[in-house]
Amino acid sequence: MSALLEVEGLVKHYLVRGGGGLFGAPVVLKAVDGVSFSIPAGRTLGLVGESGCGKSTTARLVLGTLARDDGKVVFDGEPVGAVRDARWRAQRRTMQMVYQDPLSALDRRLTVGKQVMEPALIHGLGTAAERRQKALSIMDAVGLSSRFFDRYPHELSGGQRQRVVLARALILSPKLLVCDEPISALDVSIQAQVINLLLDLQDQFSLTYLFISHDLKVVRQVAHEVAVMYLGRIVERGDPEALFHAPAHPYTRALVGAIPTPLTRGRARASLQGDPPSPINTPPGCAFHPRCPRAEARCRSEAPLLRPLDDGRFAACHFPVLSTPAREAA
Amino acid sequence: MTSPLVELKDLTVDFPVGGNWVRALHGVSLTIRRGEALGLVGESGSGKSVTWLAATKLLPAKARIAGEVLLDGRPIQGLTRDQMAGVRGKRVALIFQDPTSSLNPVHRVGTQIAEAVRLHRGFDAAAARAEARRLLDRVHIPSAARRIDDYPHELSGGTNQRVMIAVALAGEPDLLVADEPTTALDVTIQAQILDLLAEMRRETGMALVLISHDLGIVADITDRVAVMYAGRIVEEAPVDALFDDPRHPYTQGLLAALPDVGGPRRRLTAIHGQVPNPAALPPGCSFAPRCPAAIAGCVTAIPSLDAVAADRRTACFRARPATSLEIAA
Ligand SMILES: Nc1ncnc2c1ncn2[C@@H]1O[C@H](COP(=O)(O)OP(=O)(O)OP(=O)(O)O)[C@@H](O)[C@H]1O
Ligand SMILES: Nc1ncnc2c1ncn2[C@@H]1O[C@H](COP(=O)(O)OP(=O)(O)O)[C@@H](O)[C@H]1O
Ligand code: SF4
Ligand code: SF4
Ligand SMILES: [Mg+2]
Ligand SMILES: [Mg+2]
Repeated sequence: MSALLEVEGLVKHYLVRGGGGLFGAPVVLKAVDGVSFSIPAGRTLGLVGESGCGKSTTARLVLGTLARDDGKVVFDGEPVGAVRDARWRAQRRTMQMVYQDPLSALDRRLTVGKQVMEPALIHGLGTAAERRQKALSIMDAVGLSSRFFDRYPHELSGGQRQRVVLARALILSPKLLVCDEPISALDVSIQAQVINLLLDLQDQFSLTYLFISHDLKVVRQVAHEVAVMYLGRIVERGDPEALFHAPAHPYTRALVGAIPTPLTRGRARASLQGDPPSPINTPPGCAFHPRCPRAEARCRSEAPLLRPLDDGRFAACHFPVLSTPAREAA
Repeated sequence: MTSPLVELKDLTVDFPVGGNWVRALHGVSLTIRRGEALGLVGESGSGKSVTWLAATKLLPAKARIAGEVLLDGRPIQGLTRDQMAGVRGKRVALIFQDPTSSLNPVHRVGTQIAEAVRLHRGFDAAAARAEARRLLDRVHIPSAARRIDDYPHELSGGTNQRVMIAVALAGEPDLLVADEPTTALDVTIQAQILDLLAEMRRETGMALVLISHDLGIVADITDRVAVMYAGRIVEEAPVDALFDDPRHPYTQGLLAALPDVGGPRRRLTAIHGQVPNPAALPPGCSFAPRCPAAIAGCVTAIPSLDAVAADRRTACFRARPATSLEIAA
């Protein structure tokens, strides 16, 4: 099966002011530092990691809305350029983005119907009557009744607004949806509705998802493969069940072990010490070594590469954990 | 029998919204025993924060509050704002979601802790600073001696939340109300803060009210849980009973809608519909339009929060009523 999206060696570095106040020498912030993955058509890759690890930057590099410093992105057999020419625009039509905060992604002066039709209008697709018809059928697919057509975003609940955002993305019949924390801003009782909707839409429209979230529980629900990021790099990638049940990378282990759930209540957690270091001056060797319970001398000097393990998973660690389940060790 | 530490009795809160009064809290009654950890869960707007802001007189003056708040069995209504300020911090301390914005950005963190120590325990400047230093150690801030002169913006979110906890501990409170203390933090840092809260409670014996929309967090460090929906407590139970055998359809729905990292992967059962607008609550039980168990009577009367077993209360017409034996147990 060939991949719909192939990403290789993505890099984005920023020059930011250093520690020495206003006039400090500029230093390099490695927002994304060599990220590779691929997503087969119709599948979902879940990208997880803590705030600032480079998830959103990766998303923008994939879509070409942010210029990369290095690496390449191939979408549906065609390279995605960083130049906004006609070809990029045509390509962009089939790659759509869904953001965390539906309200700020919507125009508060436009009715729901107008917003859903707008992308088709911009791309000059169909007649006005066809656009209206298409908008109504997409609204139906995302579970918005036609009575919302003439309503305004502020009259809708958070879950309904996120449905409008989805409808707006879907009207262009995209192949890929990049969802950046699509349910984080929603009420708890609404999150499951949107998760189920995303799964149903994937079936119905054969969509491919790059699904970004800091919530591993949600990612497990939707992803066929999971990639864990730490300080701009993927540290582990593989099947969600294997990865969450028996994480190989010590960071994944800590991440999974830190999640409080009703299922694991009362069980001792093996907490990770310290704060995540900043992507400025990342530690030498393995960037995780200052917080890693398994670190040895080699980790401080030699950066581990993302290598395949026996079970088909990939981990970037000199001493991966090869057997014990994450949540029973403590 | 000694009186409970804090008792809220039929607390109601109304806010003026566009010329009308909109009721945010519809008679909340809650008892906090000495030393216990109570979780308060519910989704955004359900009234978790307003409950405790009303109880500690921190709501804006335009809000209309009714009901009783008892501390050690004595009502606090009569207290002036100044007297109340003495209760807050000294007896009942609060910490909030966003530590960095709750701290004063222009004062060093050590100064802010020392200030709380002076205010609540009457120490002089030197003693207060020494105590601040000790508190920073106590909340496990590495190299406390250096951090004491840092400003909040120089510290990470997790460290600032530790500072907030140190400020809260300064008055040696009997109750700490932590309102979404980890929501703004990453999951590995969240785990550290939850561990710290549990440790502080073990060491000081203070009671804890942990407000969260995350059932997992509440399950982690509390003994008893109250679930709020649309300005009311709809279920209250010991933590294990609530998760193993939820009685209210809303609690049942929340648990069915919750993804997990372990166990079999299953399609989530979503609660359909949406959270009601407080200005236009549905008639009868507020959960009725979304409730799979609703019967005709649910839209004509509001279910009261009644005992359904020993130490368990549920506000639902269809929850199994308690036998007198269970209540006596
Ligand atoms: N100052 C205020 N003026 C008007 N309405 C208010 C005010 N403060 C709170 N409310 C309303 O009171 C209700 C309960 O709010 P509260 O802040 O207690 O919710 P919550 O359960 O803490 O939610 P969250 O999880 O979002 O923090 C909401 O409908 C809210 O809009
Ligand atoms: N325009 C920018 N200039 C400087 N630094 C940036 C910029 N955009 C992102 N960063 C930094 O890059 C890192 C990764 O950011 P981001 O991709 O937004 O993380 P995530 O989405 O995983 O939370 C962070 O340290 C962030 O502060
Ligand atoms: S390479 Fe070493 S420091 Fe890095 S995660 Fe593996 S064991 Fe830990
Ligand atoms: S009272 Fe009726 S509507 Fe309300 S939760 Fe119980 S069964 Fe459902
Ligand atoms: Mg982001
Ligand atoms: Mg709140």
